[in-house]
Amino acid sequence: MTVSVSLTVNGEAVSADVEPRTLLVQMLREELGLTGTHVGCDTSQCGACVVHVDGESVKACTLLAVQAEGADVKTIEGVADGDTLHPMQQAFHENHGLQCGFCTPGMIMSALDLVKNNPDPSEREIREWLEGNLCRCTGYHNIVKSIDAGARAMRG
Amino acid sequence: MYNFEYKKAGSVDEAAGIVGADDEAKLLAGGMTYIPTLKQRLAAPTTVVDLNGVGGMDGISADGNGVTVGAMARHAAVAASAEVAAAIPALADLASHIGDPQVRNRGTIGGSIANNDPAADYPAALVGLGATVQTNKRTIAADDFFTGLFETALGQDEIVTAVSFPRAGKAAYMKFPNPASRYAIVGVFVAQAADGVRVAVTGAGPCVFRVAEMEAALAANWSADSVAGLGISADGLNEDIHASAEYRAHLVTVMAKRAVAKAG
Repeated sequence: MTVSVSLTVNGEAVSADVEPRTLLVQMLREELGLTGTHVGCDTSQCGACVVHVDGESVKACTLLAVQAEGADVKTIEGVADGDTLHPMQQAFHENHGLQCGFCTPGMIMSALDLVKNNPDPSEREIREWLEGNLCRCTGYHNIVKSIDAGARAMRG
Repeated sequence: MYNFEYKKAGSVDEAAGIVGADDEAKLLAGGMTYIPTLKQRLAAPTTVVDLNGVGGMDGISADGNGVTVGAMARHAAVAASAEVAAAIPALADLASHIGDPQVRNRGTIGGSIANNDPAADYPAALVGLGATVQTNKRTIAADDFFTGLFETALGQDEIVTAVSFPRAGKAAYMKFPNPASRYAIVGVFVAQAADGVRVAVTGAGPCVFRVAEMEAALAANWSADSVAGLGISADGLNEDIHASAEYRAHLVTVMAKRAVAKAG
C-alpha cells in the first residue's frame, strides 16, 4: 500500500509513491537521492537530519513523508547558489566548523533558521539554539564561531 | 515501524469519528513522541489520523481570566507569544525549554498532554496552574486529567481542543533536563495559582503529582527556605539509567527551591 506524495524540494516540484510509514528523511535520501540530509541517532535527538519545512527547521526523521504533502522543503543541497557556497557554508569552511562533517548539514540548516528570526545572535543564543544538534567530534566551539561569522556575513 | 493507514482529518468531528469506530486507530498531532514510539515498534496502530489539517486549533489568546491555548499550538508559538509572556510568563518560559528548537517547531500542547509522558513538561504547568482541558465533549480539570503513566481521562473518541490557564501570582518552572533529550528528569512548577499555592512535579513519578506539604509551607511563607527542609519519599518514583529513585526524590526539593527563587 503506497500513497503518492507531492511536494516542493529545493524549488523543484517532486513526487514519489511511498508507504505511509516512510519518514521524510527516507523519502529525501532513498526516493529523491538527496543524501546530504543525514540520519544520525534516528531518535529525534541529534539533529543531523534537520531540514526546513515551510521555512521552519524540523527533524526529518520525526516527520512522515505524507505529512509533507504540498509543503515547501529545503535541504542542504538547496542552500548554495550553484558552485558558490552560501555565506553560512563559507563561514563553516573558513572557521573549521566541521571535523568529520556528519552533523554539518543539520548544523547549517538549524543555524539558518536561527538567523532568520535572530539576525545578530549572541554566542549564548547560538549555543542555546544548538541544543538539538549534537556533534560527536566535540567541535562545538568552532561551530559557534562559524555561525557567528555566517550571521555577520549574511547581515552584510 | 509497522505499516498503517494514514488519514488526514479535516475536522475534529471527522477525526473523532475515525478513532471512535476503531480502537486501534491513533491520533497524530506534532508527533514528537508518537513518531519515535512508532519507530521503536512500541505501537502498531491500524490508522494514524493526522490532526495537522484541522484548522482553527492553534490559536493563542489572553484575557482578564487567563490564557487559552489551542491544542495544536506549537511549543515555539507559545514560547514566542507576547500575550502568554505578559499574562503568565512562567508558561512561556516552560514552553521555551521543551525539547529543542526543532521539537518546539512541531510539538503541540494537545499532543503533549494527551500522551502524558511522565517526563513531559506541560503536565507540570497544567497541574501547577490549575488549568482546564477542553475537549470535543467536555471540560476536565487538570487535577483529574492526568491519571497515570501515559494515561489520561480522555475517552477513545475524545480529542483535546484547547487548554485554559488561569492567571497566577508568582510562578516559575525549573527542570533538571536529560542532557540529550531535554525531557525532565525532574521538573517542578510552583505557583500562587488562582485557587491557592500549587507545587506540581513531573519526571519524578509515573505521572505528574502535587506535593501538599510544600504547598502548605509556601502558602504560609513564600520563600525557597520554606521548601528546603521538605522532601518526598523515593518509594514509587521512576528509576532508569539516567537517575535513581533516590536521586529523583532529592532533585524534587532542589528544583522546588530553585523554582521558588526564580519566581521571586
